Amino acid sequence: MKKTTIALALLLPVAFIAGQYFSGTAQQAPSLAADVSFSGGAAASNNAKKSVIDHGEVGQVHQVKPGQLIMDAVKAAQPGDVIQVFPGDYVETVYIDKDNIRLSGVIIDGKRPRLYGENRLNDAILYSGNNILIENFLITKYKGNGIMGQAGNNFEIRHNIIEDTGVYGIFPQLGINGLVEHNVISGIEDAAIYVGMSDHIHVANNEVFDSVAGIEIENSRHAVVENNFVHNNTGGILAFVTPGLPIKDTVDVIIRNNWISNNNTANFGAPGSMVAGIPAGTGILIMAADEVIIEDNIIIGNKTAGIIITDHQNAPNTTLDPESDPTPDKVMILNNLMYNNGYDTIAEAKVLMATELKQGQPDIIRVGNSNNSCINNPQQYITVGVSKWPACSFTNTDSVLNYLLDEPAAPRTVAAEEKGKYVYLGVCTGCHAYTGRLIGPPVQVIQSLYMDEPQALADYILNPLKKRDDYPAMPKQDYLDAETRLAVAEYMLNVGN
Amino acid sequence: MMLYGLLLAASLSTADGFSLSQSCPPSFELVAGNQCKLVSRYDMYDSLQNKGVGGTQTALPERRDGFSPQQIDLGRYLFFDPLLSGNHQQACASCHQPARGFADGKALSSGANGQLGNRSAPSLWNVGFLKKLFWDGRSDTLEQQALIPMLAEHEMANTPAKLLADLQANNHYPALFRQAFNTDRIELPQVATALAAFQSSLVSLNSRYDHYAHGYHQALTEQEIKGMNVFRSFVARCAECHTPPLFTNQQIAVIGTPEPDGMPFDAGAGVKPGWEKLRGGFKVPTLRNIALTAPYMHSGRFATLGEATEFYSKGRGHAVPANEDLLLHWHIWEPKLTAEEVEQITAFLGSLTDQSLTPQTPKRLPSGLALPSELHTELPPNTATSGATE
Repeated sequence: MKKTTIALALLLPVAFIAGQYFSGTAQQAPSLAADVSFSGGAAASNNAKKSVIDHGEVGQVHQVKPGQLIMDAVKAAQPGDVIQVFPGDYVETVYIDKDNIRLSGVIIDGKRPRLYGENRLNDAILYSGNNILIENFLITKYKGNGIMGQAGNNFEIRHNIIEDTGVYGIFPQLGINGLVEHNVISGIEDAAIYVGMSDHIHVANNEVFDSVAGIEIENSRHAVVENNFVHNNTGGILAFVTPGLPIKDTVDVIIRNNWISNNNTANFGAPGSMVAGIPAGTGILIMAADEVIIEDNIIIGNKTAGIIITDHQNAPNTTLDPESDPTPDKVMILNNLMYNNGYDTIAEAKVLMATELKQGQPDIIRVGNSNNSCINNPQQYITVGVSKWPACSFTNTDSVLNYLLDEPAAPRTVAAEEKGKYVYLGVCTGCHAYTGRLIGPPVQVIQSLYMDEPQALADYILNPLKKRDDYPAMPKQDYLDAETRLAVAEYMLNVGN
Repeated sequence: MMLYGLLLAASLSTADGFSLSQSCPPSFELVAGNQCKLVSRYDMYDSLQNKGVGGTQTALPERRDGFSPQQIDLGRYLFFDPLLSGNHQQACASCHQPARGFADGKALSSGANGQLGNRSAPSLWNVGFLKKLFWDGRSDTLEQQALIPMLAEHEMANTPAKLLADLQANNHYPALFRQAFNTDRIELPQVATALAAFQSSLVSLNSRYDHYAHGYHQALTEQEIKGMNVFRSFVARCAECHTPPLFTNQQIAVIGTPEPDGMPFDAGAGVKPGWEKLRGGFKVPTLRNIALTAPYMHSGRFATLGEATEFYSKGRGHAVPANEDLLLHWHIWEPKLTAEEVEQITAFLGSLTDQSLTPQTPKRLPSGLALPSELHTELPPNTATSGATE
């Protein structure tokens, strides 16, 4: 016994010094090697790391260190490149309007790069490109969103910590095929994770707390929300249709194996926001969404109710949208562990219970219409509004591993010839008619001048010279890349009338 | 005298004859069936559920196209011709002037007889993509829309009978309608179709912003890029409703802008039975060519883009009359934009200007009437320049 203590005492300083030595001299970023599985077996378990990006060959690696701007690396990066950001503070908004970029924090000695908004900057990371991966950041004190996607497909957002950051922590919008995994998000005044108008989404293994809404699936289709720890929010997990958006429905959502507890935080949402109407103490809220399955969640200690299901008519702050169906249909509640919910519920719920001659603490409240919904083993819950729902025709969703696409959503491949045509019609014809004078000389004349020399024409439009006294000078077409310039030159020289 | 008149008419129809273009307008491809189909660089992309809203590289929404070159060109003549108004004083183009972004530069438009209207003329750029027309979204098609101002008492103040009689009696229109519609008798739906056809050709998709969106990031200045990032940030939230690529999500939104002094509250879309929750709601307008179409909002309350932008920062519902209880849009909040950010947004909006495909204003009109004087303004030079000037 005594011996061991001595040995430990001797070893500790050495380890400490060694650690310092290594971290001081060799702050190496991890290599981007492929994952290796424990047993080497081929079968993937549920735990297999999902990926929605076909990374292909890794391009250049750009390293960003404190004192440098991440944005400078983004500007320099080409599709396929990796940007490694080392621990330290970065006070900037990062925007990625290009495809195939991996923005990767490097964690050393437990320290990760911190995007710091100083309560002054709007959003931390914005992206509109496809195949964007964002990982390993600490994001705090921004006024808008932590990570916001606008129509990027195939995104992976993981291993980020987002604290006290504005309106949404992670907000992919209008994207297809995305993964939000292993993030820890807190202190958000709307939703910690907000999937808006997106299809084929997987939200898993996140911890979301101290926010108004934990996880919100809004006007989205084919989403799995699983294995998340959702606690101490105003409302835990929401599947919504917000009226007045260009995409009109929420369909096909599985909410399973989440731990949804004590979501009793007083609502601090912005006045008028949809979430400002959520009663504190709501575990799961289904509003106007269709085909939502709720399975095997642990739902405990949510003071208003474990699950609330409502249509638009009975929800506060909802506007009118004649194109949105206001009714939550085909809600399917399978087995869940529900305990100690509804212990301080709202007056409306008590009134509803009285109409069914019930009292107690409601686990499940349904208000308004809902068609073709079902519930298994309802006797285990205290419910209101679901007593006429039949049992579901199934008991689990085991056949659904996830709703991600088998292959990444492919960018539309456009042949060079097509690109040439788009530019010819969309740009050139504004000034050049086939015959006759418009603003520039007719295409026929250009064809006779450049006949077999498309490259010469492509070069000319990059840097035009004023050639004709009776025509205005042509503006540079330098915003077209070299391939497109040649494509449009070839198209123009071959086009007929 | 009569003989002289006949001779004069004959000489007019030959020497001064009109014929319709057999080519599609710029950016349109002539395809089988004599149809003009729009082609643009946005055809390289897709969009979620084909809704045409998204980010920088997102496909456009479904559009009205497929009209014939002749219908489009006839529509162009009709659009500029004051023959379409009851007193032959006002053309469609009087309130939708090419030199003013196809709006009229006024807070409230005025009619052929000088009556002041109650709303501001909306720009017609990219109108062929819109699913709802008018500020309150009450029309679903360009054809349905086209006839309403023409026949409205406070606008062009015409009647169907007078319009058709004027066209039929004209020296040139019967032949032009024959070219476009293969008809001997001009009918109201043909007038509407021709006007719809012409308006569908008003396409603006080649601004410096578009160059940026397609990947040429030098197209915007640093100031404009900052503005773009504020615009799409979740503080300002502009892009949540003014969503690329058209910078509108085509929804009705209740935002609570003030009316000009002395004007009663405009309930907008909320007057439609069953739409009471949309009281005070108006269609989200496109922001393309927005720098050309001051003043702003449905009643032209704001003189500059800066004022219009500041409105959103002055507090949720700050301008809503005390006796109105509006269900304001959830994105109307208090972003507390700095003066610098407002300037940046305004700079960014300026990068959405592109008039490179402006159609030609006819030099002479088939009716023989003079082009209304408000249309004598010269069009600004072609603005589809490349690259930013820093």
